[in-house]
Amino acid sequence: MSAIEVVPLNWYLMLSTILFTIGVLGVLFRRNAIIIFMSIELMLNAVNLLLVAFSSYLSDSKGQVFVFFIMAVAAAEVAVGLAILMMVYRNTKSSDINVLNKLKW
Amino acid sequence: MIKLVYLIPLLPLIGFVIIGLFGKTFSKGLIGIIGCGSILGAFALSLGIFFELIGQTEKSITIDLFSWITAGKLSIPFSFLIDPLSSLFLLIITGVGFLIHLYSTGYMSHDEGFYRFFAYLNLFIFFMLLLVLGSNYLIMFVGWEGVGLCSYLLIGFWFKNTAYNNAAKKAFIMNRIGDLGFLLGIILIYVTFGSISYHDVFMQAKNFSTGNPVLTAITLLLFVGAMGKSAQLPLYTWLPDAMAGPTPVSALIHAATMVTAGIYMIARSNILYTLAPFSMEVVAVVGVCTALFAATIGLAQNDIKKVLAYSTVSQLGYMFLALGVGAYTGAVFHVMTHAFFKALLFLGAGSVIHAMGGEQDIRSMGGLKKYLPITHLTFLLGTLAIVGFPGFSGFFSKDEILAHAYEHNKVLWFLGILTAAMTTFYMFRLYFLTFKGDFRGTHDQEHHLHESPKSMTIPLIVLAILSVIGGFIGIPKVLGGTHFLDHFLKPVFEDSSFRMVHHLSEGTELMLMAVAISVMGISLYYAFTTYVKNKTLPAPESEELKPIHKLVYKKYWIDEIYSTVITKPLNFISEGLYKVIDNELIDAIVNGIGSLIKWKSSKIRLIQNGNIGFYIFVMVISIVLILFTRLI
Repeated sequence: MSAIEVVPLNWYLMLSTILFTIGVLGVLFRRNAIIIFMSIELMLNAVNLLLVAFSSYLSDSKGQVFVFFIMAVAAAEVAVGLAILMMVYRNTKSSDINVLNKLKW
Repeated sequence: MIKLVYLIPLLPLIGFVIIGLFGKTFSKGLIGIIGCGSILGAFALSLGIFFELIGQTEKSITIDLFSWITAGKLSIPFSFLIDPLSSLFLLIITGVGFLIHLYSTGYMSHDEGFYRFFAYLNLFIFFMLLLVLGSNYLIMFVGWEGVGLCSYLLIGFWFKNTAYNNAAKKAFIMNRIGDLGFLLGIILIYVTFGSISYHDVFMQAKNFSTGNPVLTAITLLLFVGAMGKSAQLPLYTWLPDAMAGPTPVSALIHAATMVTAGIYMIARSNILYTLAPFSMEVVAVVGVCTALFAATIGLAQNDIKKVLAYSTVSQLGYMFLALGVGAYTGAVFHVMTHAFFKALLFLGAGSVIHAMGGEQDIRSMGGLKKYLPITHLTFLLGTLAIVGFPGFSGFFSKDEILAHAYEHNKVLWFLGILTAAMTTFYMFRLYFLTFKGDFRGTHDQEHHLHESPKSMTIPLIVLAILSVIGGFIGIPKVLGGTHFLDHFLKPVFEDSSFRMVHHLSEGTELMLMAVAISVMGISLYYAFTTYVKNKTLPAPESEELKPIHKLVYKKYWIDEIYSTVITKPLNFISEGLYKVIDNELIDAIVNGIGSLIKWKSSKIRLIQNGNIGFYIFVMVISIVLILFTRLI
């Protein structure tokens, strides 16, 4: 009985659902690019949490391996994303995504 | 020697490639050496094969070169067939071809397209050799199309002249009609026999009963091909127009070799034809009609090459008559003698045209005998050969055809004799008007008159000798000969021999000869009195002709009739289809689809509004929707 299984699986499910929903809503309704970014991270980590919980309950290590991959990809994504945000800010003096509406027909 | 047969078509091909690619930088002498040398080499090999074939008992040898087409059950090897028929054609093609190449070095020496001309001629020889050497119908078809292409290129050789180009196109299109029949015939052969190699087809054909409808259909389709290539009614009109090409081309392609491809094809398929008596009748009737029809037109033409062109059509009709009555040997014999004397006559005409500075109208000639002694003598020998003067080559071959025609059907024989009489008349008319009497051209032309160079007169002399003695390989038994050709070709026509049961008595045969000779004599005398004694001249262009004369002079208005009955309605329909179907219907559909998409996209592209929040929103909604559809 590992430390993870002290908490029932349902709670993990609920927590990660709540976290994911917060992330989605953040992405949908906030206009600050950095907050959107954070919301995406929130969604990723909600998924990670769920993967770890299920992996432990089902005694299958594949889920945890997956989590490592997601973390690595997320780190890379953050590096690139923040760099883009830096450039956007330098050019527009703003982190509001609605400023970026030039690319249309 | 027979193992080297692949070299025979290869040499002219190599000649074509070298001259075609690098000829522009070569001197004319070098081009002439390559062009003539490659044909001479092929001729030497053909001669070797010919004698080897005489010496051995195995008369039909197939030489496989490589596997050509393999698809499913169909397997066509690229192989050559050496037998008496193909070896005889090899000799004619390479022998006459070489002489005409040699002649061309003189005739074309002032032409800037000299190298092009030799490249085309060599290519032509290559395809012609392929046609007669192939051991199945497909190789024959490749050669068949190839010679058509070369014919087109050479008729339109002086391509800056629109009329010449039109003549070239006419020849090509007319041949295409015939080729369609040929192709359908080959397909039907494949469907019926499951093979297109001569050997398999003829072996299986022997099991068919006489008059089998499938065989009749095959042979008629093949004959349509022969009609186009060998200029028979109703597809003959391209050949007189083909005289637009340089004269050596007329001699080589449109008299000696290519136009006899149809005869070769039928002689090759003789078993199929023998088993389809109806097709035989069709061939004979078309042949004799063409012979007579073209001869009547020849009576009134004033262009030296046009007379010879119609004469060629007429003689080809003779050969088909021979095939139709089952005289396969006679047809091949006439192909050979005709190749000699018609090539000679064309080359002689070329020599005259050369001396006259391009003039082709016999009304402006006359009295050329003293200016062109060699041309005159050889032309006279050629004329005597074509009219069938006793002892000359044409006499033996024509006589054999007429004897078989008599045996088969007296009407065919009578029409044949009538044609022979006309042939005598128009050939001597041509000869008398050109060489006898007084010169009728301009003063400049008279000053310019000269005998042609040696390169042109030597082929004339050789061909004249062949025209005189060429008939000796087929002297009939009744005249004490052995008919070597008949024995030589026997293996090829053996299976068809059951049809030729009855034979004429010696007396009848001699009587027929006497009739032919006397008819020729009368006709010759008539031509002599008209054009030499009375010095009658053909009417000038301005004079109104009598109705029948005009009908013949205008070639029965066949070209005009074809134009009104076929070409114009076809053009009219095409124009209508172009304007209604193409412009109105098809364009409307294509443009309609274009404008519909343009209109739709002008609406849809508004979605791309640049608002990132909106994009994300759509993305999330879409993901949710996808998940829903996947989960439910």
